[in-house]
Amino acid sequence: MEPLPDYKQMTPEVRDRFVRLKRRPVIMEGIRVCKEFPASDGPRTVLKDVSFRLHHREFLSIIGPSGCGKSTLIRILAGLETATSGEILLDGKAVTKPGAERGMVFQKYTLFPWLTVCRNVMFGLETAGYSRDGAENMALQWLDIIGLEKYADYYPGQLSGGMQQRVAIARALAPQPRVLLMDEPFGALDAQTRAQMQNYLLEVWHNIDITVIFVTHDLDEAVYLSDRILALKANPGEVNEVIEVPVPRPRAPDMLLSPEFQATRRHIDELINPNRRAQKPDFKIINMVGTRNYL
Amino acid sequence: MTLRQGCFAIRKKLTRRQEGTLLVLSFVLPLALWAAVSYTPFLYHPDMRITDAGDSLLCAPGDRIDRSGFERENKAILENGGVPMRGVRANPAWLPAPHEVAAALVTAFKTPPRRDGEPWFHQSIAHSIRVVFLGFLLSSLLGVPLGILCGAFPFFERLFEPVVEFIRYFPAPVFATLAVAILGINDAPKVAIIVIGTFFQQLPMIANTTRQADPALIEAAQTLGAGRKRILMRVVIPSVLPKLYKDMRILLGWAWTYLIVAEVVGTTTGISWFITQQAKYRNFANVYAAIVIIGCIGLACDMFLAWFAKQIFPWEAGCRTRLYRIFAEVFGPRDQVFSFTLKKHSPENVEE
Repeated sequence: MEPLPDYKQMTPEVRDRFVRLKRRPVIMEGIRVCKEFPASDGPRTVLKDVSFRLHHREFLSIIGPSGCGKSTLIRILAGLETATSGEILLDGKAVTKPGAERGMVFQKYTLFPWLTVCRNVMFGLETAGYSRDGAENMALQWLDIIGLEKYADYYPGQLSGGMQQRVAIARALAPQPRVLLMDEPFGALDAQTRAQMQNYLLEVWHNIDITVIFVTHDLDEAVYLSDRILALKANPGEVNEVIEVPVPRPRAPDMLLSPEFQATRRHIDELINPNRRAQKPDFKIINMVGTRNYL
Repeated sequence: MTLRQGCFAIRKKLTRRQEGTLLVLSFVLPLALWAAVSYTPFLYHPDMRITDAGDSLLCAPGDRIDRSGFERENKAILENGGVPMRGVRANPAWLPAPHEVAAALVTAFKTPPRRDGEPWFHQSIAHSIRVVFLGFLLSSLLGVPLGILCGAFPFFERLFEPVVEFIRYFPAPVFATLAVAILGINDAPKVAIIVIGTFFQQLPMIANTTRQADPALIEAAQTLGAGRKRILMRVVIPSVLPKLYKDMRILLGWAWTYLIVAEVVGTTTGISWFITQQAKYRNFANVYAAIVIIGCIGLACDMFLAWFAKQIFPWEAGCRTRLYRIFAEVFGPRDQVFSFTLKKHSPENVEE
C-alpha cells in the first residue's frame, strides 16, 4: 500500500480557496471561551480557552472525543448556555441569549408536532414579524428548496427521520440567520440516510448564502463536509488543532477514497485517539473455549 | 377458535373481535350475576314475602321478613291453634330485580313528585349537572391559567404551590359549614364545595403537566427568535395541550364525586335529594335507576370528550379528522374551498 501524503499538502486551487476564505469578513468569533460546571468535588472545567474565527460562507466542523464539550460549545454559541468566561462575537457584537440570527438544528427531532410542516417553517418567519400570508409564501418556497413541498400539510409525526431533519434545516434557514449551528444533526439517522443528508446539506450550502458550524463525532462526515475542522481535546476541552481540509470542492461521494481525504482522516483519528495504535486492552481476555480443539 | 388464540399473552394487543366480546362481557357478566340472584328462587333469597297473613297479628300481605323470623312466627301461631302464614322466598327490598330497575328508568321520569313544589326526576338531574359544571367551570377559569403559570415560571410555582399543597389535604367537606355560613343555603355553597374540591387538585395537576413541556422544543423556539410570551403561548401550551385535556377529563370525574357531598350541604337537592327521598319510600328500584343514570351521564361525557380530543388534536391521531376538515372547508380561505378533496385525489399531486 502506498503511504498516504501529508494532510497539509494541497493543490494550488485548494490553497487559493483558503487564501480567499480568510480574506472574507469574520462573522463569528470565539475569544478564550471557558465553561465550568459545578460538581461535588469543585467546579469541573469542560471548555478551556477555546478561540476560533468563522469567516463568511465557511463550513466549520467541531470534532473531538466524547465528553470534550463540543455540544456545550455549540450551545454556548447558540446562547442556550452562558460561558463562564470569554466572549462570543457575532458581527462584532457579543452574544448573550438565543436569537434568530443564529439558527440551530438539533440532534433530537425538534419540529413542533402540533404544527404542519408548512406552519413549522413559518414559525420563525412569523416571529420575525412577517404577515401570515407572507410567511406562508416564503415557507412554501423553502419547502420547494428542500424538495418537500408536497408534504406541506403533513404533521411531522407522519414524516421519516431524514425528512424531519430536512424540514428542521428549512425552519432554521427560513428567518435568514447569519450562522447555521448544527449539533450532530444526522446522529440519529441510519447510515444511508445520513450519506444522503450530507450531500443534500452540501447542496443547500452551495446554493444559499449561509455560514455553518457543524458538531459531529463522525470523522468521515467532518472531513467530507467541512472547509476547516476544529479538533478539541477532552478534559478540559481545549483546541487541539484547526485542520484545513485539502479536499477540493465541490465534494462528491467518491472523494471519500482519495488520498488527501484518507490522510486528513488518519491525522484527525490520531489526534482524537492518540494512543490507539499502541493501545492494548487494559482487561485480560479469558479463554473460555480452549484453543486446542480448534487449532 | 379465534377468540382463544393469544388471549393471555402479556401486553399483546387483542383483535377487534376479542376486544368487542370482552367489552360486552364486562357488562353482561355482572348483569348475569344480578339476574341469577334475582330470578332463581333457591339462590340467596333470604326473606319471605307474605302472600297470606293467616292469623298473624304482626304481618300483613306484602311484608318481607327473614326466613327464621317467619318460621318462629308460624310456630307460635300453630301452637296457639291458628292458621299459619303463607309466603314465597324473596330478596330483600334493597335488591330489586333487573327488570324492575329497567322499568324504573322510565317510570322515574314519569312519576310526578309526591308534593307540590318538589322537583321531577329530570329536574333533579338537571340541577345536579348544573351544579357540577358551574363548579368545574369556575374552578377551571382560575385553576387552568394559574396552573400553567406555575408550570411555566418557577416564580409562581414557589409562590402558589406550597400553600396549595397544604390546603389540598383538607377534605372538601370540612368547608361545608363555612360555605353555608358565608354563602347561604342555596346553590352557592354547593358550587363552592365543588370548586374547593376541584381547584386545589387542579392547580398542582395542571402545573405538573405544564412542566412536562419538552425543553428541546422550547430551545428550538428560542433559536428561532421567539420571546417569552410567544414561547409560552405558541410552544409550551400547545405542546402540553393534549395532556392538559386528559387532566381535565380526570378532574371532571372528581368534580362528580364531590357532587354528592355538595348536594347535602345546606338543603339537600338534585340527584342526592331524589335518592334519599326514594330510599325513604323504599323505592329501591328508583334509587338504582338514579345511580345508573349518573353513571351513564359520566360515561357519555367522557366518551364525548375522548372523541372530541381526536378532532381537535389531529397530530396525536396522525391525520386530520372529519370535523377538522369540515371546519377547514367552512372557515378556510375562499380560494381553497374543497382544496382538500382536490389535493388528495388529483393525479398530478399524487405522482412525482
